[in-house]
Amino acid sequence: MSARNRELFGLIPASLLVTAGFAGVFIQRSNHLSNISLTYGAIVLGLCLGAHIFIRITLPYADPYMFPLIALLASFGVVMVYRIDSTLARQQAQWFVFGLVLFVATIIAFRDYRKLERYRYTIVAISLAMLLLPRLPGIGAQVNGAYLGVRIPGVFIFQPTEFAKIGLVIFLASYLRDTRQVLATGGRRILGINLPPIKHLGPIVVIWGVAMGIMVLLSDMGSSLMLYGGLLAMLYVATGRISFVLIGVIAFALGAWYLGTHISHVHARVEDWLYTFDPRVYAPKAGLGSFQVANGVFAQAQGGLFGQGFGQSLLTVPGSNPVAYVIPAASTDMIYSVITDELGLFGSAALLLTYLILIGRGLKAAVMSTDSFSTLLATGLSAVVALQVFVIVGGVTRVIPLTGVTLPFVSYGGSSIVANFVLVALLLLVSDRARREAIR
Amino acid sequence: MNRPIARLFAVILVLFGLLIIWTSRWTVFDASALQHNSLNKLDFYASLKIKRGRILADNGQVLARSLPAGGGTWKRTYPAGSLFAQTVGFENAQLGSAAGLERFHSQWLSGNPQSTLTSIFGPLGGGQTVGDDLHTTLNPKAQAMARNLLAGRVGSVVAIVPQTGAMKVLYSNPNYNDNNPPPKGPGSEFFNAVQGEYPPGSTFKVVTTTAALNSGRYTPNSTIVGNSPLKVSGVNLENDGNASYGAVSLTKALTLSINTVFAQVGQNVGIHTMAQYMKRFGFYRYPPLDLPSDEMLASGERGSNGRLLSPTSNLIDLGRMSIGQDKLAVTPLQMAMVASAVADNGTLMAPRLVTRAVNNVGQTVKRFAPHVYSHVMKASTALELRQMMTNVVEEGTGTAANLQGLNAAGKTGTATVNVAQNLDDAWFIGLAPVAHPKIVVAVELTNIVNGFGGTYAAPIAAQIMKLLISEGQ
Repeated sequence: MSARNRELFGLIPASLLVTAGFAGVFIQRSNHLSNISLTYGAIVLGLCLGAHIFIRITLPYADPYMFPLIALLASFGVVMVYRIDSTLARQQAQWFVFGLVLFVATIIAFRDYRKLERYRYTIVAISLAMLLLPRLPGIGAQVNGAYLGVRIPGVFIFQPTEFAKIGLVIFLASYLRDTRQVLATGGRRILGINLPPIKHLGPIVVIWGVAMGIMVLLSDMGSSLMLYGGLLAMLYVATGRISFVLIGVIAFALGAWYLGTHISHVHARVEDWLYTFDPRVYAPKAGLGSFQVANGVFAQAQGGLFGQGFGQSLLTVPGSNPVAYVIPAASTDMIYSVITDELGLFGSAALLLTYLILIGRGLKAAVMSTDSFSTLLATGLSAVVALQVFVIVGGVTRVIPLTGVTLPFVSYGGSSIVANFVLVALLLLVSDRARREAIR
Repeated sequence: MNRPIARLFAVILVLFGLLIIWTSRWTVFDASALQHNSLNKLDFYASLKIKRGRILADNGQVLARSLPAGGGTWKRTYPAGSLFAQTVGFENAQLGSAAGLERFHSQWLSGNPQSTLTSIFGPLGGGQTVGDDLHTTLNPKAQAMARNLLAGRVGSVVAIVPQTGAMKVLYSNPNYNDNNPPPKGPGSEFFNAVQGEYPPGSTFKVVTTTAALNSGRYTPNSTIVGNSPLKVSGVNLENDGNASYGAVSLTKALTLSINTVFAQVGQNVGIHTMAQYMKRFGFYRYPPLDLPSDEMLASGERGSNGRLLSPTSNLIDLGRMSIGQDKLAVTPLQMAMVASAVADNGTLMAPRLVTRAVNNVGQTVKRFAPHVYSHVMKASTALELRQMMTNVVEEGTGTAANLQGLNAAGKTGTATVNVAQNLDDAWFIGLAPVAHPKIVVAVELTNIVNGFGGTYAAPIAAQIMKLLISEGQ
């Protein structure tokens, strides 16, 4: 079977999921919802099919599993968001369309994605500037103490980190392509570890500075960890030096520890994580405290192995007026706990497995690529996705402190879904080139 | 660069492994602890949306109902307030506590637990959950009379239909109002009728007499010397007023409640036979009533640590136990069960509060049928006992229960609680009418100064029985 036919068949699970999911919500709330809701599923499927035909024409050699995997995740996300809030689902569907448009545009504009290297300084400058946008007075939007977004009046809150992560990965891939030979050599062995010369620590210092800057200026631990982890992974793959990783992890741990004890917002998040079920930390009335994490965990406990069933998670306090949320930010940060509540450990594990396969395909594209830039680009993009999933799911499950990043393709959020479509477009471009050359 | 990429993927696998381990920790390993965490209000929130079924008295009077509280939620109210509070109990999810029938029959009241299959699809059609109504055996008039006659004193009244085990009255002081339950953990509300630990005094002589007659060791006409004092376990045991009666029949001994006779009878019958009959009456086990077992108490001899002794323990002073003293700690419910077996020709029916569950469209979804708890004695023994207990009411210690037309039989009890302050527990267990008993009653009053059972408890029992018989029981 050709790669593109495998991709087409790969869309079947996504289509079944969308159909079953929408039908499920529809049956359950038939007295509240109109038949129109059923057309959502058809529209999502039609869009995926259209995108598939586009890939068939433009990227015939691209990895056949990547697009079905993100179609699965994105349609699962639309169903989940629809189940939580049907108004948000309509917006999510619009972002889904816009994401596909940018996906197509990226593939057309960067057919030869290696020309991105030419603009690497422009890209890094724009990315860093975007990271600073949320701090600008007047447009910056503070969410739960962190500067996560830029308010575009009347439209939505734009989250620049979602795009900046792609820009930073492109820049570092290009930069390391030039310097990796140098960085990988020299130094001396101490305690069996080959330490790099001091002058080669430049890149790691810059990455560390960016990560700490995000924490200090934006109070955003989640994005900081995600970016730092992704960039460090690229540095390691480029040089093969485990010492970079060790130095990097120690430096980050020290920095995070210092900031965790000195920035009140970050410190509060750490307290919420460590003492989630302490009534003094819980403090639901102040709107702060571990209320959110604790209720996310309680919801997961309700789920058990198989879940309470789709649509069964209790999201608001019955009869509360104004509406009091049992799980704040259920459609964004906390969506994983809603999924676990309704679909159980098995549902959540299946979701995580889907991400793992997607990340695996991304890294496979990295391995198959013959030039360093492509390899590093695919590695970085895959690692960033992996860490983003780890940061938010780890936060919701209390592996690490909870910080607000989105669950890629699943959470509600325009910036997230659009940026991640662009990210996958780049991965498909890399894999198309790599596999085309492999066949030759 | 391929080896580092493989290692990177390995690290990602480990990280995702952590996510799955933590998710299983919450969903499986710690799930039960989390669901019982006091901060976890999810069950409470869910219960707000359930319209629980009503709890109804035997005449259809509403004892508990859910009223709409806005936004599709329901609030539990108890129109009868403190009158039925301890039996009906309460369901207060906000306090995280429940008690009584509300707790024991919660599955019916909250609309039956959904099967796993239906929960996958949820309540199809978006209908709300409506619980089943519970029809109880309780009689509001008699219950109110019990409260009036106790007149605020600490004490209990229990009335049972002996042929079915139907509880007509289950009331005790002190109590609480279930619209505003005490802010304590589940099961901590004290309900003297089923949880009180009292020495039964001379009412226990009915148990001793049952063992004596049914084992064939005695007849109602057997004669025993009833002189006072009598050395029992090396210590003098006296009759009331230290009176000596000479040789008397067992019937006369019961009529006049002669302690020294029953001490000897008990010792002659032996601890094993006594234990056997006590167990048949329900001693040493949680009562078979449909209330949560941790809200009731088993009756029997209790050691100094408060635990039940073995029924044949050598710590038991058999002679004193046979007259209802020693370390006996019994509930009023238990003594009503003793009277019930005598009234129903020796068969003890399990006492019960609920007869059926009816769903919201009026279909009976469950019947709680009467069932036999044990066969305590031969019908002939029960008949002999009823005749002996008739003498108690007609010419003995229980004449205060001898109301015109009631034809009651019974046994008084005056259990010494505090010698220095002259405090007694006043008891009466009775049945009526004696020819074909329709109702049995146990009345207990706590810490009454010179509290003779015949004076304090017997009149209350008679009034309750008279009312319930006129009510058609």
